[in-house]
Amino acid sequence: MMGENAIHNSAVGQSPDSSIELHISRSRKIRGGIWKGLMIASFVIIMALLTGMIGYIAYRGIPTITWKLLSTSPSVLNDTIGILPNILNTVYIVVITLIFVLPLGIGTAVYLNEYATNHKLVSVIEFAVETLAGIPSIIYGLAGMLIFVQAMKIGTSILAGALTLVVMTLPTIIRTTQESLKTVPNSYREGSLALGSGKWHMIRTVVLPSSIDGIVTGCILAIGRIVGESAALLFTAGMANNIMNFGQAFAPNHAGSTLTVALYMYAKERGEFDVAFAIAAILLILTLVINFAAKAVAKKLKKGTSAD
Amino acid sequence: MGTIIEVKDLHLWYGQKEALKGINLDIQEHEITALIGPSGCGKSTFMKCLNRMNDLVKDCRITGSVKLNGIDIYKDMDVNMLRKNVGMVFQKANPFPMSIYDNVAYGPRVHGIKNKKQLDEIVEKSLRGAALWDECKDRLKTNALGMSGGQQQRLCIARAIAVEPAVLLMDESTSALDPISTAKIEELCLELKKKYTIVMVTHNMQQANRISDTTCFFLLGDLIEHGPTKQIFLNPKNPKTEEYITGRFG
Repeated sequence: MMGENAIHNSAVGQSPDSSIELHISRSRKIRGGIWKGLMIASFVIIMALLTGMIGYIAYRGIPTITWKLLSTSPSVLNDTIGILPNILNTVYIVVITLIFVLPLGIGTAVYLNEYATNHKLVSVIEFAVETLAGIPSIIYGLAGMLIFVQAMKIGTSILAGALTLVVMTLPTIIRTTQESLKTVPNSYREGSLALGSGKWHMIRTVVLPSSIDGIVTGCILAIGRIVGESAALLFTAGMANNIMNFGQAFAPNHAGSTLTVALYMYAKERGEFDVAFAIAAILLILTLVINFAAKAVAKKLKKGTSAD
Repeated sequence: MGTIIEVKDLHLWYGQKEALKGINLDIQEHEITALIGPSGCGKSTFMKCLNRMNDLVKDCRITGSVKLNGIDIYKDMDVNMLRKNVGMVFQKANPFPMSIYDNVAYGPRVHGIKNKKQLDEIVEKSLRGAALWDECKDRLKTNALGMSGGQQQRLCIARAIAVEPAVLLMDESTSALDPISTAKIEELCLELKKKYTIVMVTHNMQQANRISDTTCFFLLGDLIEHGPTKQIFLNPKNPKTEEYITGRFG
């Protein structure tokens, strides 16, 4: 047997089988090269667009960010154009929106995933949530104006703006939470129930902690959307630039513009492009920070629940 | 020793399909009862009736009665209290993604024990009971998912006995383990039966033969034969039982 094999092998080594092609054809090579070139080109274009845009905004915006800009409010008497009120309003809107949207969104997701038994109803609600997520934000603005500002008589205010954003970010929170809940293995649920715990105890102690990374990610994504939103807030939160405290932000009829709305105002209505670019730079930095935070938090929380 | 679980005329339907066709069985205290039979014969389903885990299955309907110490578990007992008294270890080890300590303390906390010292004692006692204390006493605060498969399964046993159940159900609990881990868990079962009553589902004939006191043979939703393990394995009355345990089908 061994002798036979050796002879066979050496025979193959000496005269290569002519039926095996050793090289691919020229046209195949050229086609491959063209596709590769196209892909490199699209990569270069995307990177150029991104760095160009970020670079230009940083170049125009960062030099104009001064302590005076960050710490004053716009005043004709003092001759200042500050964005402190807009920074505060942004924080208020984020906080108030989250106060409402987190319990609502997480609660809905938990109900849909853990309690609901009517699968038809669940899929209808899921479809509605999907659709809600795809609606242009200006429509939320319009609806928010009609419902919160006028019908509910809250007036143009931070509160009305936040409530509008609650409706707008609800799908994000529900979907990310639900996705996260779906990744929790059923064996955790069974294990908990088999020890005699009630359903809510099981959800609170095993299911929610196991899906906290997804919930936090959803929360940070929602913050990103809130910070970046302008259309929905133009109609509902107004364009005022007064400094107010958190209590006032919760009261009706206290209008205030966030950074994004202020950016629109300065660029479009006042022609103050330096201020607009400063705000743009701040928003860019904020977005970067939020995205990094989302990644870092998700990674850190995931570590706590996995094997290593 | 007396009867701890009394099952009378238990029928179970999944939708239209009758999965259990009138089971009558008494389970004796401080014994290991092995449920054997081919896949889909209803043995796991039967076992899950004993702690009402079948409640989680949609379209599942049950008639007949199951009594634990004379109390009907479907009528006169809160399901959470039932599961405290009838613990369960699953086929695949399912420790929670938390520390070893928190895993074992989970059950006692569910049932309202908050005192740190008391919990410490329960955790040590349960881990000792599951022959795991020496291996993990120095890393109680580390994540349980870092343990080996066999350790995880023994942790699940520790977690189950931490609430001091009367009965321990084991659903093919060694089928995913290597022979050494399996041997450890079998040895543990023989130790545990002094305090608890054990009902186990197994596909491993040798395992049933080695450690169980009573063996019940299920086939197509019927309890074909049950009796002392020696008798079932050496001298089965029903030809189907003999065919199954000698490996002619299943």
